[in-house]
Amino acid sequence: MKTKAKAAIIGPGNIGTDLLMKCQRSQFIEATWMIGIEDSAGIQRAREFGLRTSTDGVDGLVAGFSESPVDFVFDATSAYVHAENSRKVTALGATMIDLTPAAIGPFCIPPVNLDSLLSTEPADNVNMVTCGGQATIPMVYAVSRVQAVSYAEIVATVASKSVGMGTRDNIDEFTRTTSSAISRIGGADEGKAIIIINPAEPPLVMRDTIHCLTKETPNEADLRASIDRMVREVQGYVPGYTLNNAPIIDGNRVTISVEVEGLGDFLPKYAGNLDIMTAAGLRTAEMMAQRQQREGSPT
Amino acid sequence: MNLQGRSVTLHDMCLRDGMHPKQHQITVEQMVDIAGALDEAGVPLIEVTHGDGLGGASVNYGFPHASDETYLRAVVDCVKQSAISALLLPGIGTVDHLRMAADCGVKTIRVATHCTEANVSRQHIALSRELGLDTVGFLMMAHMVSAEDVLEQARLMESYGANCIYCTDSAGYMLPQDVTDRVTLLRRELNSDTEIGFHGHHNLAMGVANSLAAIAAGADRIDGSAAGLGAGAGNTPLEAMAAVLDRMGAITGVDIFKLADAAEEHVLPIMDEPVRLSRDALVLGYAGAYSSFLLFAKRAQAKYGVPSHEILLEMARRRTVGGQEDLIEEIAIEMASKAS
Repeated sequence: MKTKAKAAIIGPGNIGTDLLMKCQRSQFIEATWMIGIEDSAGIQRAREFGLRTSTDGVDGLVAGFSESPVDFVFDATSAYVHAENSRKVTALGATMIDLTPAAIGPFCIPPVNLDSLLSTEPADNVNMVTCGGQATIPMVYAVSRVQAVSYAEIVATVASKSVGMGTRDNIDEFTRTTSSAISRIGGADEGKAIIIINPAEPPLVMRDTIHCLTKETPNEADLRASIDRMVREVQGYVPGYTLNNAPIIDGNRVTISVEVEGLGDFLPKYAGNLDIMTAAGLRTAEMMAQRQQREGSPT
Repeated sequence: MNLQGRSVTLHDMCLRDGMHPKQHQITVEQMVDIAGALDEAGVPLIEVTHGDGLGGASVNYGFPHASDETYLRAVVDCVKQSAISALLLPGIGTVDHLRMAADCGVKTIRVATHCTEANVSRQHIALSRELGLDTVGFLMMAHMVSAEDVLEQARLMESYGANCIYCTDSAGYMLPQDVTDRVTLLRRELNSDTEIGFHGHHNLAMGVANSLAAIAAGADRIDGSAAGLGAGAGNTPLEAMAAVLDRMGAITGVDIFKLADAAEEHVLPIMDEPVRLSRDALVLGYAGAYSSFLLFAKRAQAKYGVPSHEILLEMARRRTVGGQEDLIEEIAIEMASKAS
């Protein structure tokens, strides 16, 4: 029987705890560390799950690493502190899966470029872009793999309760990182991202609109097939990812609208924007772990 | 109501909010012409931006005739006494746009958020203040929450560095008492040197009355638009506002007749259709939907054959906020499929 790869989670908040619960189900990843900066509810919960914990931030992991090493570290803190976390973690030889918008390592949108990331020199830090990026870039790519896209724009509408202070303090980071990944990973010549926060009660499920401007007249049949195929791929790790309507085609504009309902592991179901981040992060670690096992590289 | 001797700063919106009914197609020449006429009339502040603020150029909201930078440089160059302001909605525009606007010579930056989401504006307000600009926190759709909630959000913006806070009636839903409640509390609780502003829409024809209520409750700045050119039924008609304030003995520094000339001879001729209190605009104000949804609903009506005012009612029912234009086409499709 294969042993599971071990992982640490930095950030015992809602995202880190949701990720922990997803890890509990994983066949490939076992969460063994939860890293925080104080003895919070999230740290206590992780301890109840039997994880090793640190309340000294990533330094606690560094100090206890030889006793309890990990292969992967998920950073669910903020872009402001990620760089230092990453430097310390990669020095230990662990791979950093970055859930902040810091974007030090290459962008990873699993159904779009995880295979190509795995086939090249393994990176010691991969970045999961943003929640809006995870929800929309698969759709941009579903269009751009069929025909050239000169411009893609996404509008992510999220429930106020699902947007934490990290995102709010630096909302430009969301806009910039997502825009950049729309072009670099989504395959559009130019990208733009917009985020709208709605405080309605009960909270609304994450909703995203993806507008692509194609260079040639849109080929409706091919686009629909490609989009449907991509929706099924995302549903492989986020079952609540659904297309709202058939794509709207108007001149050279292709508009796709999706709703992202989360699994409701720890985060509420409406927070599909957060669920898709934790699910994509875990999927990335799982695929990397499987590859390492196949290649027999030391873990 | 005694406004005798009160000093009020009038802020014109026709080259920013007026971009909505113009589908962002005002030309640079038209902007320069109108700004010149407003400057000549002594309007102290003129806002110039894409209707959805800096960086609003998009498929979702519409691509403008020219870039924000082109508009701003041209207008800043042409005015002699007016200062130019720009709007920024965090989530759409970024600090990069803000720096660009400052570099163009903009003197006032207005950072706009939904009335419950002020804490996304910290980095923009702080930078604007750091650049030495007149910095306004602009709380949109302020009818959707209580006066106490507006105050709580205003305090956040004040703490980030805003020197002026706006109570913004984006849907044109408020009645004078709603304005009085909110502005009174802001005036009483914010720092005494923080200015208060009110931005109205004329969807229930309450633009002037609501603005008077705001001034009586302590507001220092009032938004309006020459010839009313703005989203929905337009903004508070600025020439009427100036005339009313003059009759009441308040001081605006604006030449009423020159402002009326600007409205009549410079703004009116560029309208694609008259900005009026249409059925759609009435629904915006009556139900409380964001004013710039209007043209999107009309386009959806033309494409999907469902009544635009029904779409707008549904947008209000779903408690949508500014910027959710992308939901309009989807609602139209849903309504059309139910009808068939």
